[in-house]
Amino acid sequence: MKYGVNEHGYYGDFGGAYIPEMLYPNVEELRQQYLNIISDEGFKAEFDDLLKNYVGRPSPLYHAKRYSEKYGANIYFKREDLNHTGSHKINNAIGQILLAKRLGKKRIIAETGAGQHGVATATVCALMGIECVVYMGEIDMARQAPNVSRMKMLGATVMPASSGSKTLKDATNEALRDWIGNPVDTHYIIGSVVGPYPYPDMVARFQSIISEETKKQLLEQTGNELPQYVLACVGGGSNAMGMFYHFLDDEDVKLVAVEAAGKGINSGHSAATTFLGQEGVLHGSRTILMQTPDGQVVEPYSISAGLDYPGIGPQHAHLYKINRAQYTSITDDEALQAGLLCSQMEGIIPAIETAHALAQLEKMTFKLDDTVVICISGRGDKDLDTYIKYFNF
Amino acid sequence: MNRLNKLFATKKDNLLSIYYTAGYPALNTTVNIAEALEKAGADFLEIGFPYSDPVADGPTIQHSSEQALENGMTLNLLFEELAELRKRVTIPILLMGYFNPIVQYGVERFCKKAAEVGVDGVIVPDLPMYEYEAMYASYFIDNNLSNIFLVTPQTSEERIRKIDELSNSFIYLLSSSSITGGSLQLTNSIEDYYKRVNALELKNPTIIGFGISDNKTFTQACAYANGAIVGSKFVKLLAEDGYMEKIPGFIKGIRE
Repeated sequence: MKYGVNEHGYYGDFGGAYIPEMLYPNVEELRQQYLNIISDEGFKAEFDDLLKNYVGRPSPLYHAKRYSEKYGANIYFKREDLNHTGSHKINNAIGQILLAKRLGKKRIIAETGAGQHGVATATVCALMGIECVVYMGEIDMARQAPNVSRMKMLGATVMPASSGSKTLKDATNEALRDWIGNPVDTHYIIGSVVGPYPYPDMVARFQSIISEETKKQLLEQTGNELPQYVLACVGGGSNAMGMFYHFLDDEDVKLVAVEAAGKGINSGHSAATTFLGQEGVLHGSRTILMQTPDGQVVEPYSISAGLDYPGIGPQHAHLYKINRAQYTSITDDEALQAGLLCSQMEGIIPAIETAHALAQLEKMTFKLDDTVVICISGRGDKDLDTYIKYFNF
Repeated sequence: MNRLNKLFATKKDNLLSIYYTAGYPALNTTVNIAEALEKAGADFLEIGFPYSDPVADGPTIQHSSEQALENGMTLNLLFEELAELRKRVTIPILLMGYFNPIVQYGVERFCKKAAEVGVDGVIVPDLPMYEYEAMYASYFIDNNLSNIFLVTPQTSEERIRKIDELSNSFIYLLSSSSITGGSLQLTNSIEDYYKRVNALELKNPTIIGFGISDNKTFTQACAYANGAIVGSKFVKLLAEDGYMEKIPGFIKGIRE
């Protein structure tokens, strides 16, 4: 793949494995084994079976007719919100739990921001009967309380991350610290295309099912497997990478990644990483991250707990730098309005993360025969409180 | 030869290094603490520059980093303090911190500046061997800065040998795979690990760190290595009232 990772874990200038020696054996074990394991026929059969019969894949590709009329193009929704647990996160969690089993791991740790990845991880651990510890920032635990309860009901232990800014990046730090202390029996299921190599590549491969299915479904429904545009929201960037993956080499397909501008890019309350960040190292990879001139990581802001990550995956940083994908941003207000619009025009209440991608439609102009695919990465149940407060329902 | 090389050439046993975070407990404390530690008998110092996301550190050093950042500590400020420090302190100084602040400062510029203000070595836990060798080693070597690598009980022999090759002052042996500030019980498996490393007959001296907090753990470590590093325990002392007066007693307590 032209835009894939090289043998040292780099995408152009980005990636690598900037980890302390304490993590080296864990990460090296993964690096040596992940490709063999996931290309094994037995693994693939089990993965495909669970995706089909447990997750409910393939997720529908839905031709959104009222949206198509409104925006003057053929708009398709890739319905990851219909997956078991309500978002694309389950694809990666299933892949990694099967991998962890084959590595002989007895304990799973994960980080979570909005709670979607935590719920997905708790779910697959319950499925496999493996101990699960999820780290979650104290602030996120308060704003995503229903997901905390879901994880507990699924049998997971939720550990509050009370250091630093008490959100996703700190939950990630705590998970890494746990892994340092438990190097032999524990597998860390990272939830996005971030972290040291091989995580960005491994997670992208597990999420690539999204674009693999989309191509087939487009061919069936339109007679052409290639759309003109593919849109997805980006925090760390896992749904976007899954949605872009099989279109990367089709250079005519325009890829649009939508970041969270929060209260406005220059408001001081934003998570628009490519606009506000510089190159540096975060959570084990060289990427673009929001930071002070002194190299301290800046706490991002978005109303969406799944998008307020200070970095982006290294492959995204690369696609941004070489202009293979366009990176743009949407404010809280624009996203919430788009969430309401989608609810009332298509009968789909999207996650606020997803609503960012939907809001991008307002800023684009299409030709009538353009085909546009948007990844509906998650459902909005978890965000009802936020929607209700904003719109005063 | 930098000061570290000279130290290891003359003193082989019971070397004591102390870690503390620059800018903690307050700005402008870095130099005074260093001076007091030298007087009290520390052999060399590790001065941490604070980072917002110190993944290899436990709560004590995390807290000192947060406080130091709140106090306004930056690399620029630290380099100013170090220039002052070198007028009063002669023992070797290592800087310890995470890679991102160095990337922002510029790796080459960082190495030049560190050498210029009298730093002898650097410990960057999240700068791995491959990246160091492929991209940055020349900046360290050209500026006569020792880059210190960590070794854990899980590090393979092949990798330890490679680390030995790339090192030119000492190798930092972690007592266990853990974050900083843990407690240390000398178990058979840790002893076996120390013995395993000793049997490799490395060209570089070894210093043990993580979990070294008192005379017992220091003495145990020195039985297997050339010395040991005390970090979190000392950072805790800095939170106490009258910590400056307590430094000589603290060092004495580790040594005797």
